[in-house]
Amino acid sequence: MPDLEQKEVSPNPAAEPAPRPAEERYFMRFTREQRYLHAVLFTTFLGLAATGLPLRFSDSVWARAIAGSVGGFGAILFFHKLCAVVLTGAFLVHVKDVFTRGLLHRQKGIFWGPTSMVANWKDARDLFGHLRWFIGLGDRPKFERYAYWEKFDYWAVFWGMIVIGFSGYAMWFAPFFAHFLPGWALNAVLVIHSEEGLLAILFIFSIHFVNTHLRPDSFPMDMVIFTGVESEKEFKIKRPMEYQRLASQGLLDARLATAPPVWLVKFSRIVGFTAIFIGLTLLALTVSEYFV
Amino acid sequence: MGERSIVRLTSTASTSNRVPQSVPPGLLQNSRTRSVVSARLRPAALALGITLLAFGRVHAQTDCLACHGDKSMQDASGHSVAVDGATFKASIHGSLQCSDCHADIKEYPHPEHMAPVQCSKCHTDQSTQVSESVHTRASSHPCTSCHGDPHTIFPKSDARSTVYPLNVPETCGSCHGNANMARQHGLPNVYPSYMDSIHGFALSKGGLLVAANCQSCHGSHHILSRKNPQSPTYKSNIPKTCGSCHAKIDMDFENGIHGKALAAGKSNAPVCTDCHTAHAIQQPTQSEFRMQSTPICGSCHKDKFTGYRDTFHSQLGLLGGYVETARCWDCHGAHDVLPASDPNSPIAPANLVQTCGRCHAGANASFVQYQPHADSRNRKMNPALYYVRLFMNTLLISVLTFFVIHTILWLFRSRYEQIRSRSAKGGKDA
Repeated sequence: MPDLEQKEVSPNPAAEPAPRPAEERYFMRFTREQRYLHAVLFTTFLGLAATGLPLRFSDSVWARAIAGSVGGFGAILFFHKLCAVVLTGAFLVHVKDVFTRGLLHRQKGIFWGPTSMVANWKDARDLFGHLRWFIGLGDRPKFERYAYWEKFDYWAVFWGMIVIGFSGYAMWFAPFFAHFLPGWALNAVLVIHSEEGLLAILFIFSIHFVNTHLRPDSFPMDMVIFTGVESEKEFKIKRPMEYQRLASQGLLDARLATAPPVWLVKFSRIVGFTAIFIGLTLLALTVSEYFV
Repeated sequence: MGERSIVRLTSTASTSNRVPQSVPPGLLQNSRTRSVVSARLRPAALALGITLLAFGRVHAQTDCLACHGDKSMQDASGHSVAVDGATFKASIHGSLQCSDCHADIKEYPHPEHMAPVQCSKCHTDQSTQVSESVHTRASSHPCTSCHGDPHTIFPKSDARSTVYPLNVPETCGSCHGNANMARQHGLPNVYPSYMDSIHGFALSKGGLLVAANCQSCHGSHHILSRKNPQSPTYKSNIPKTCGSCHAKIDMDFENGIHGKALAAGKSNAPVCTDCHTAHAIQQPTQSEFRMQSTPICGSCHKDKFTGYRDTFHSQLGLLGGYVETARCWDCHGAHDVLPASDPNSPIAPANLVQTCGRCHAGANASFVQYQPHADSRNRKMNPALYYVRLFMNTLLISVLTFFVIHTILWLFRSRYEQIRSRSAKGGKDA
């Protein structure tokens, strides 16, 4: 972890979306609701990971230390359930929001089209194009509003919410779920909950962290999910297709935003680095269970 | 030690007023001055001589205490040979005369070196028992090593006795609480374990006379090795030994599968001490005991233990302190463990709803199909669970493998682009 802290002291100037001279334009990417949703998601996810991993690896030394630090065996389960309930609430709010906008208000681009989270042929082409670019066999694909790995992140969380949530509640209220689940399913839900949780933890704390925050284009952290806005330069590089589309439709000005206030950037950086630090610590502990 | 303990006399005696006033106390301090003493005490010696002539033996404590009542009296090697007359009079042997034990004293003055006192002269049975016990092997276990100062021995019902129930652990612990001694003899250092055990607490904190002390299980004079089939601590005798207090539990145990296996001569069947330990016995409702005892069952029932460890009961329970998650005996019973085929067993199919329902309110017939130690790696036994686990593992490994490769390639490519663009701008190759 010293790496991270060191980087925080001397951030990479090329990738910092720090306040620039007045001519730098900023564009809105995420609404306030989306940023809050992400904040609730990562806070509860960190809480769930920190209280779930000690249960998964309960015979390790650190498991007992973590359990002890939150107030012991009983408290760790309480906090796990508390985070789970909050996250479930956020998930339901999000699903309701999507369906209200898409079905009730007939808002375009929710279920299909370039701004939708639903995968399309372009995503498949982008994936192969991106892989070809990795090994120098082609140009970098021009990504739309949501790139294929971002859609994967979204659906992985969506699927994970349902799978982990359902199996978790099945364990929490096992006698109730036993009314319509066979006996062996009560054994299976722990395996499912535990493996899917482990997948989520390993994925978020390694793949998502690197893809979204730690890769050279965004290093050390992509602030857009915290501030909601990104600079024109970043927008053009990361999502050229969307930029072109908005420009050609004359919609670019509608997305113009003001530069993020300094306090928000600073606050977001502290919160973001704390989250990444906790995540990487938990990742190291998890990996240590398999390789140490 | 034997020789020393014979002359290890009490030092708490109050200054005896039986010492003749004419004798300066300093003169009695060592044997070099004894001839002087004799000279100064000539009248007393004369009287003693007359007494001896009259009765043929030294018979009165008062005669001996005339000298030995001085608490500063020492023998040639500097050991105290003083006797507190008042305490001795109150002790269990207070009605005896000195020469009853110190039998080789026939006259005064008596020789400086005397034969060790033979307790066995009166205590024949105890002496025989000790000679058959583990304590005869060394010559260092005279009666006094447990019973203490020979002139202040009290009945074991007297709180002043070294073998009064509340004093026994400390008496035995004077040797068996010594780590060096334990190592030398290949014994566990049991005294600290006992004192921290439920029996030790009952005795030291509650002062319960009925709390098991060392001799409740090991006996006193006839202590035998636990390898000796006659010993109360021999494995197959342990249920009866513990059962002498815990009678109901002994009955339960004998009705259970472990008790029956033991009775059938299966020596690997567990007895009380295998689960509870011998000396460090914990309150079974305490988390320490609940934490340590599941692996004890698991040391024989290995396959069940492996499966159990994969369950939520085990995972939460292992975090320490949590007393509520089910451990083996919460479902199987502790002492009267019965197979599921026995209708009286808590895990008999007909009883499962009730057994699980003790913790899981609302448990139904489907709920109790849950397997508390299912092995998800066993395809034949648990096919559904096996394939669920296989699917989840395949998903986990394939997703991570793909994205790890994807991310690593991306990292290299991005870094390459970054360096190239900086070079193009004439910047440093960062």
